[in-house]
Amino acid sequence: MVAETTAKTLNVTLRVWRQAGPDAPGTFVDYAARNLSSNMSFLEMLDVVNDELTMKGEEPIAFAHDCREGICGTCSCTINGKPHGPGHGIATCQTYMRSFQDGDTIVVEPFRARAFPLVKDLVVDRSAFDRIIQAGGFITARTGSAPDANAIPVPKTDADLAMDAAACIGCGACVAACKNASAMLFVSAKVSQLGLLPQGQPERDHRVLAMVGTMDALGFGNCTNQYECSAACPKTISHDFIARMNRDYLKASVRAAFKPVAAGASGGAG
Amino acid sequence: MAQLDSKVPSGPLADKWRKHKTEIKLVNPANKRKYEVIVVGAGLAGSSAAATLAELGYKVKNFVFHDSPRRAHSIAAQGGINAAKNYQNDGDSVYRLFYDTIKGGDYRSREANVHRLAEVSVNIIDQCVAQGVPFAREYGGLLANRSFGGAQVSRTFYARGQTGQQLLLGAYSALSRMIGAGAIELHTHSEMLDLVIVDGQAKGIIVRDLITGEISRHAADAVVLATGGYGNVFNLSTYARGSNVTAIWRAYKRGACMANPCYTQIHPTCIPVTGDYQSKLTLMSESLRNDGRIWVPKRKEDRLKPPASIPEADRDYYLERIYPSFGNLCPRDVASRAAKRVCDEGRGVGETGLGVYLDFAEAIGRLGEAAVRERYGNLFDIYHEITAESAYQQPMRIYPAVHYTMGGLWVDYNLMSNVPGLFVLGEANFSDHGANRLGASALMQGLADGYFVIPYTIGDYLAGQKPGSRPSADGPEFKAAEENVRSATSRLLGIKGKEPVSHFHKRLGKIMWEHCGMARTRAGLEEALKMIPALREEFWANVNVPGSAATLNQALEQAGRVGDFLEFGELLCLDALKREESCGGHFREEYQYPDGECKRDDTNFGHVAAWEYQGPGRAPLRNIEPLNYEFVKMSVRNYK
Repeated sequence: MVAETTAKTLNVTLRVWRQAGPDAPGTFVDYAARNLSSNMSFLEMLDVVNDELTMKGEEPIAFAHDCREGICGTCSCTINGKPHGPGHGIATCQTYMRSFQDGDTIVVEPFRARAFPLVKDLVVDRSAFDRIIQAGGFITARTGSAPDANAIPVPKTDADLAMDAAACIGCGACVAACKNASAMLFVSAKVSQLGLLPQGQPERDHRVLAMVGTMDALGFGNCTNQYECSAACPKTISHDFIARMNRDYLKASVRAAFKPVAAGASGGAG
Repeated sequence: MAQLDSKVPSGPLADKWRKHKTEIKLVNPANKRKYEVIVVGAGLAGSSAAATLAELGYKVKNFVFHDSPRRAHSIAAQGGINAAKNYQNDGDSVYRLFYDTIKGGDYRSREANVHRLAEVSVNIIDQCVAQGVPFAREYGGLLANRSFGGAQVSRTFYARGQTGQQLLLGAYSALSRMIGAGAIELHTHSEMLDLVIVDGQAKGIIVRDLITGEISRHAADAVVLATGGYGNVFNLSTYARGSNVTAIWRAYKRGACMANPCYTQIHPTCIPVTGDYQSKLTLMSESLRNDGRIWVPKRKEDRLKPPASIPEADRDYYLERIYPSFGNLCPRDVASRAAKRVCDEGRGVGETGLGVYLDFAEAIGRLGEAAVRERYGNLFDIYHEITAESAYQQPMRIYPAVHYTMGGLWVDYNLMSNVPGLFVLGEANFSDHGANRLGASALMQGLADGYFVIPYTIGDYLAGQKPGSRPSADGPEFKAAEENVRSATSRLLGIKGKEPVSHFHKRLGKIMWEHCGMARTRAGLEEALKMIPALREEFWANVNVPGSAATLNQALEQAGRVGDFLEFGELLCLDALKREESCGGHFREEYQYPDGECKRDDTNFGHVAAWEYQGPGRAPLRNIEPLNYEFVKMSVRNYK
């Protein structure tokens, strides 16, 4: 019942993607990882392997990580073909060696997608996500201009649903899991969070059009409704948000086509 | 000797900030675009500052070592953010929040800074709601609150167990908006490795691109550091693995004073250590103490028995027993030391004996499992992932761990360090929490500094700098600083010793935890002050940093940071040795009351200790800023 008394020792073979840089050829390399505790996290196991490589004079495996508690979204390994590994609703850093059996061969790869170019070994560049947010993933609220926080009540059900969407950690597992490398789950989560709240209404149309346009321009694929994204999501964000975004996108596109523009919109009084 | 003028405005406490805002100098709107400001870090303080300064019209460059500004460790804060809104009608006020924070800090912070923090707390909640932060709400649609340690009102706003994440994403969205508008130049994977001083003023930084290895110089009219805390000097902590002291330590070596480094916070509710391989400790939010009850068996013999088999009469709910009026919600330092005491008595639970129970059985009986799941479900999930135990069925086992650092670079009321032009925000400065921070106050301080303080106070400095007087990055000071960074990097790569960086970090962490952790003694600190320089010498002779400087090299990054911790740890212990009293998170065993509570010495230590670098191999200078309590009486903290 108590984890530490049930700790087991296991030996595994790691088959890791090694690639010195974006233009270098990559290959799988096998490493023996021995005498591991089942209570070790997957990343702690990589720490141990890396220290052993260092002692042998080899270059350690580059992998992305930071908070190691499943919230910063930095870690990004595909383990045995699944982004973030075998567990449901957790990130790579929350994967523990007790998920594996003694003698297993574990295949470790980076998140693969055209819009996430490889940096080194298991590290990829996910700055495309930042650029999508910069295109419209915000509510314009200049500091100091806000009304009292309780001035606009928000129905609890809307606030709760917005929070479900807002839980996204921006890791990119949804893209890595999708055969089209689509970013629809990521984008729809932000579009839905802000679109569900009264504060998000003035920019709602612009937001969805700009974010989807940027997503397309950056080389992410489209959605073909297989929902691998939500299955891989460490925060189990629902693909229902994709449907919600599609409705928003359609309405915004129609409204944009017919929306009258004020004659004085381009200049103010001197 | 450094000049430490706090620049606290005169006048009644409640009027100081308002008066100061109307009296400090302004930069006219057309001139703002002529000033460049460097902001290092993009946590709550850094991203809110960068976004707001850009909104005002300043040209901003933001540097983060992460791959995205959204990764900063503010994101991991779970419980909530305090604000004196009094939406619960339970008697809260700006004064009460101020008083609780001053008292929580064990009377070792500046009155005026803390009062300002309490004043702007209400604006923060308004700002965050306007950005779309999905705070918890009641059925009527209004904002919900909960209680945190050290307070007897419900003033904490929260977004499930992910408040830090939601506030950071709010600030990140504001930052992103200004990046998209071209007002902020974002540099990711960029680690600040030196501060550049020109004519005594901070005018730039030296940065290493962590992907290409390129080292570059950046000039500015002012430099803002918002680079977080230094808790990873203990190796095992609740900090992210990348959190480090490097930016503020290198600023210290350029003349900025380091204030009160010995004020470290040990959080009472973390998941206990299990093995040597461990890289990190995970916090279980203080909010759990709203409904969870902390206990250990009354008798040592019972400590390994299944908890359910121990009858009520044989349990010691020690916080409720010792502190009846605050109970399980007493402040962190108090709760941590109490846990240490019961474990030292041999009553700690779990294999290692370093654990106490946090029990939800009573709450589940009272509220039902569903209600407990709604409040704390994600925390119970985290606990289950790490321990493979269900806290719905058996009590959690918890133990204190390093969680936050109250010390940091010294700043005046304007958040400017003793180096003109160098501003320090959030956890990286020492300013608002004294010797102990209350729960839900870190998020408040980070955002207060970034959204509502620096946008005013930086103008007071910049108004005195002629537009266009910014030095060129080709000047001799920049070249010398770049050379300093290059030589340190090649020195690390050239050692080619026998041990990996982690070996030294683990050993440093053990020294710090054993001799400068929850309980400190003169003898222990003196011992640590011998061990750390010896370990540092060993590091520089025997560390193995593989690879090259011209590519992504995580071992090299880590080596630079651990090298700084090996210097900084010594200063931390020295500060702890020289502060011959107990206060807040700094507990010296020699200075305690018979019941084990902190015994302060206001006459001799009612001051800020601000350490000044004197050069390599020379003892640093201990400067003093007296703390003048004009409005509150320094008294013995009592949570009984």
